[in-house]
Amino acid sequence: MNTSIAANEGAHAGGEGPLSFWESAMRWTLSVDHKKLGIMYICAGMVFFLIGGLEAALMRLQLARANAGIIDPETFNQLFTMHGTTMVFLVGMPVLLGFGNFLIPLMVGARDMAFPRLNAFGFWLFIFGGLLLYFSYIGSEGLYGAPGAPDVGWFAYAPLTSRTFSRGNSTDYWILGIMVSGFGSMTTAINFIATVLCMRCPGMKLMRMPMIAWMMLVVAALVLVAVPVLTAAQIMLLLDRSLGAHFFDPQTQGSAVLWQHLFWFFGHPEVYILVLPAFGFVSEILPVFSRKAIFGYSLMVAATVGIGFIALGVWAHHMFVVGMGPVLDSFFAASTFLISVPTGIKIFNWLGTMWGGRLRFATPMLFVTGFVAMFIIGGLTGIMLATVPLDWQLSDSYFVVGHFHYVLFGGTVFGIFAAIFYWFPKATGRMLNEHLGKWCFWLLFIGFTMTFMPMHISGMLGMPRRIYTYEADRGFEIWNLISSIGVPVQMAGVLCFLWNVVKSLRSGAIAGDDPWDAWTLEWSTSSPPPEWNFDRIPTCTSARPLWDKKHPEDPDAHYE
Amino acid sequence: MQRKFDPIMSSATMPTTTQLTPLREPLRETLREPLRAPLQRAKVGMASLIFMESAFFAAFLVTYLYYIGKSPNGPQPIDCLELGPVLVNSVCLIASSFTVMLAVKSLARGSISGFRAWMLVTVLLGLEFLVGTGIEWRGLMVDKGLTIQSNAFGTNYYALVGLHAFHVTLGLLMLMGTLVLSMFGCINPRRDHVRVDILTWYWHFVDVVWIFVFMLVYVIGRVPQGGAL
Repeated sequence: MNTSIAANEGAHAGGEGPLSFWESAMRWTLSVDHKKLGIMYICAGMVFFLIGGLEAALMRLQLARANAGIIDPETFNQLFTMHGTTMVFLVGMPVLLGFGNFLIPLMVGARDMAFPRLNAFGFWLFIFGGLLLYFSYIGSEGLYGAPGAPDVGWFAYAPLTSRTFSRGNSTDYWILGIMVSGFGSMTTAINFIATVLCMRCPGMKLMRMPMIAWMMLVVAALVLVAVPVLTAAQIMLLLDRSLGAHFFDPQTQGSAVLWQHLFWFFGHPEVYILVLPAFGFVSEILPVFSRKAIFGYSLMVAATVGIGFIALGVWAHHMFVVGMGPVLDSFFAASTFLISVPTGIKIFNWLGTMWGGRLRFATPMLFVTGFVAMFIIGGLTGIMLATVPLDWQLSDSYFVVGHFHYVLFGGTVFGIFAAIFYWFPKATGRMLNEHLGKWCFWLLFIGFTMTFMPMHISGMLGMPRRIYTYEADRGFEIWNLISSIGVPVQMAGVLCFLWNVVKSLRSGAIAGDDPWDAWTLEWSTSSPPPEWNFDRIPTCTSARPLWDKKHPEDPDAHYE
Repeated sequence: MQRKFDPIMSSATMPTTTQLTPLREPLRETLREPLRAPLQRAKVGMASLIFMESAFFAAFLVTYLYYIGKSPNGPQPIDCLELGPVLVNSVCLIASSFTVMLAVKSLARGSISGFRAWMLVTVLLGLEFLVGTGIEWRGLMVDKGLTIQSNAFGTNYYALVGLHAFHVTLGLLMLMGTLVLSMFGCINPRRDHVRVDILTWYWHFVDVVWIFVFMLVYVIGRVPQGGAL
């Protein structure tokens, strides 16, 4: 995939003809171009997506029947730890940051990010952080004879992570891998903020920015607040493990609950870091395929910023079962209910955008519509879980697993697929195949529903998460079987997608500059864009600069 | 804004390919345009970095606050920490914030020699702080028997003060790098004084963090604990 894009770009840049594999590999490796880095982020994220997906598939295989013995308990612990860590840190963050990288300069009319070299630095930190995490499979034996990947869960609760309970070096690999890729995320966030605030083209006021630029600005601010706290907690854990400090060891006046507070102070904003960019994709794609300007732009911006603020005050709703007491429980339940208000505003604005529009269900629109529907379900179960007594019943059950997969798979991943189908023509110059795209969507949608909807029921029946097997007479069997049957359906959808990418890169329809008749600036340059993005820095007269250019008789600027 | 419908695209047709890109002739000229507001980018970047570091230190400060009075065994802060040496160190560090400001002012006036002199003073003051902290730590470890393993106080003390010292070291390396560059004539007062100023923001930040650390560790945290949990 990379080589053909590079060859394409090479032909653009100087007409030198196709490059050799080595030349184009060097060109990509040494690049500080935000578009190349963005594409590399997304491709690397997709590789980790396949790995994380395979880990999940193995777990579902084990859980398909009661008392199955395909995978032993230790391996199962490693699988769910690596699956969660991979999907959050090595798939969600990099793919979304990759889209931010690719899109922000093009959308705000800049030639590159504010700090291109810092950008490349952040990308390579992410790659090496990911490799460090996966190196634990072979390198974690240390002096203790306890090999294997991290097995402490993606939120690594103390005291499970102490030297006593986690032998070998696997937890240290978890700490260091995530810390390194976290530094990458933080540098990228600094870059996003500087780019959005300083690099906009003439006329692009803040309130004319594409929604994605707004979302990425808020996401970057959240990264800068949340990720350092995780890094701090991980440094404390590293000190505990390597130097014998007592931050999280309850036997020596350390506090295991402190780890939970620090982790979730990062962990909950992280959820919004993962979902806000997807909100951005929806807010760009939905109007274009409804042939209407987005409904309530300024309210949408306000809701985004509101979510950003409230997201910092809801973390302990992950900890209702810890026993924080009625005051804290009530506070965090209330703040969690509160955050559903700006989120609800967004949903209604999207529906308002579709209302009365001329809808065209191309693949990106299918994924976006799926996103809105699935995210509503995930949001509603979220409100259920914010209700403290219900949470005491359902916490750590499969209901929670079902809930957050509706948010992160039905939400974020559907958003990512929508974005890939929408911007693939811009990145490569070729359209993805619509026929295969529709297959991809329906297989993923059906497989997703089959896998995750029954989890709500098995959770309410009392099935705890993170168990490697269960007894036959609990009523879990049929629901687990349906969940597991959904997995091959999803895999077929992903295979459809991969085949679509390969096929379209070779022989897809030539896209042209503006295949969707869209309104943001990235569609005003060629596909793929030249390294300098725009021959002339564009000017912006409204929130839909390209509409104004195409319709000088009725520009948006008249209505602002 | 919601009133517009597009006649271009009917729901049945595949999208048409429209070419909106202008010809690429004046490219070489426009590529040589100076980047817009490069210094402003640097300011926003440095401010974001400082924002991020604040969150990082906030986590450690809150943790320290949480553990005050929770070390029933082992060396206690009231017995270990002496105010004399640390006050000298603190005065040096705070003073270095002012000397680095004078250095930048000299540079803005065009006096490279004044810049070098004040920068050298700043670096020396910063080094004094690091060496002073080292001596203090040696005293704590050897005489008082306080290590990171002793109790919650030791754990938090070495983690917080150590991480601050690490950031002082980073800032000092930046300042020393600037000083060395100015020795080799790589700093042009007219061109670079704003850049150097932005660089020193980090140094000011490290100083401000020290004020918080000092208040927490040596003032609030030094109250008698009486072995209570």
